[in-house]
Amino acid sequence: MERILEQLPRFLSQRNLVLLAEAAGMTLAMTAAGCLIGFLLAFVIVYLRQTPGRWALPVRLACIAYVEIFRRIPFLVIIYLVLFTIPLVLRDASLFVIAVVSICIYATAYISEIIRGGIESVPRQQVEAAATMNLGRPQTTLWVVLPQAMPVIVPPAVAFGVSFIKDTALVSQIGMFELTFRGKELNNQGYSAVLVFGTIAFVYFLMSWPLNLWGQYLEKRLAAPRSQRRRRTLRQP
Amino acid sequence: MPHLEVRDVVARYGSHEVLSGVSLDVDRGEVVALVGPSGSGKSTVLRVLVGLLQPVSGSVRVGGQAVDYRSAGQVRAIRNRMAIVFQQYNLFQNMDVMRNVTLAPIRIKRRDRREVETLAVALLERVGLGQKLHAFPDELSGGQQQRVAIARALALRPEILLLDEVTSALDPELVNEVLDVIRDLAREGMTMILVSHEMAFVREVADRVVMMDKGQVIESGPPAEILDAPRTERAREFFGKILRH
Ligand SMILES: Nc1ncnc2c1ncn2[C@@H]1O[C@H](COP(=O)(O)OP(=O)(O)OP(=O)(O)O)[C@@H](O)[C@H]1O
Ligand SMILES: [Mg+2]
Repeated sequence: MERILEQLPRFLSQRNLVLLAEAAGMTLAMTAAGCLIGFLLAFVIVYLRQTPGRWALPVRLACIAYVEIFRRIPFLVIIYLVLFTIPLVLRDASLFVIAVVSICIYATAYISEIIRGGIESVPRQQVEAAATMNLGRPQTTLWVVLPQAMPVIVPPAVAFGVSFIKDTALVSQIGMFELTFRGKELNNQGYSAVLVFGTIAFVYFLMSWPLNLWGQYLEKRLAAPRSQRRRRTLRQP
Repeated sequence: MPHLEVRDVVARYGSHEVLSGVSLDVDRGEVVALVGPSGSGKSTVLRVLVGLLQPVSGSVRVGGQAVDYRSAGQVRAIRNRMAIVFQQYNLFQNMDVMRNVTLAPIRIKRRDRREVETLAVALLERVGLGQKLHAFPDELSGGQQQRVAIARALALRPEILLLDEVTSALDPELVNEVLDVIRDLAREGMTMILVSHEMAFVREVADRVVMMDKGQVIESGPPAEILDAPRTERAREFFGKILRH
């Protein structure tokens, strides 16, 4: 304890604080980029997976395989897979790119199940009514199904992203300068592990708590009847 | 020549045969009521007609032209000539009343926006909802929702209107407001196929009653004949049960 108090002023030097803030920003940026891209790709996966018709069977199978495989392997393994396969596609990929791609691969698989659940919650008659009015599949999806599925999709998708902030700590394994990596560095410089990792823990908390509250707010607002959130709601056709 | 001619239509859900050779005719301006016990295939007939379920065999002719339900283009064409209203969840929950009514005519049929909006307002006034143009479905009663659904179907200017038990999910006190709208349409000469369990209403508006059982048509004729003097034992039993309510 004494050692912690003694180290505190030095630990809280401007240089260290900037370092930690930067690392926190890096963690957030990586998570946000990976999850947002993953969110969009997840829509594509679900859309392809639900393509009707016999000729689309290979497409459907490929989508199912992707989702089932990448949801089931540990995130750390995905990171290493990306680390070692990315040079085949991209020369000199930065660690940031590797981190984002890894997060994205996992998030796509995971969020696509959330999206599929949301889409399935829309009554079948809505889709049939659209079909009998000659709306095509893209139109039915964009105009009818997704606007109704979003309230079901967004809260768990946000919750996934927020909880993933902490899981990105794993990319420190490959030397990414994110929060946990900086923590290890400072610890190696002789600062007390309790002090360093206590601070790091606090920073993780600071990042995810407000986002978590925002997620809860979204959930409440999206659950309100359509009529009470008009004009501020998702864009309609 | 009947406007709509259905001949020997067979349809299946998986391996379960739901329609085993259904034939029926509908003339222009005629109201045909489809009645029969639950599970007899009434809804399935309508679903086949609008291309939601592909028939295995048999033929459907509209205006003398045979419809090939395997052709996406022909299905699209047939959906331009028929409109259907289901028992519930017809209206798009994420759109207000006006948007529900005008969406397909404007965005799919590419009709003139102003003309469609004028028509939509007129139709909504006609079903008694001129005050609710910008309400969302969750702000309307079940009866109001069904009336909007009918207005939406009419805005498509169908040649044939298909109504599948449009009142059976409603509270009893809301049934009449919807039946009034249908009665009005019948009087004006709208061609309709009406699936209904409201026998008094069927007797009043239908020109012809078609009774189905186990995927087949077992009787067909004027309401008085079918409802009061059914020929088959099965029909007697059914009407006996339903009219005693
Ligand atoms: N989506 C489906 N998948 C499999 N079987 C179905 C499906 N829809 C209907 N069926 C079956 O088809 C048969 C006919 O159903 P249909 O809905 O046409 O009857 P109905 O005469 O409209 O009955 P109701 O008065 O209850 O609406 C029933 O045995 C039903 O179980
Ligand atoms: Mg039915």
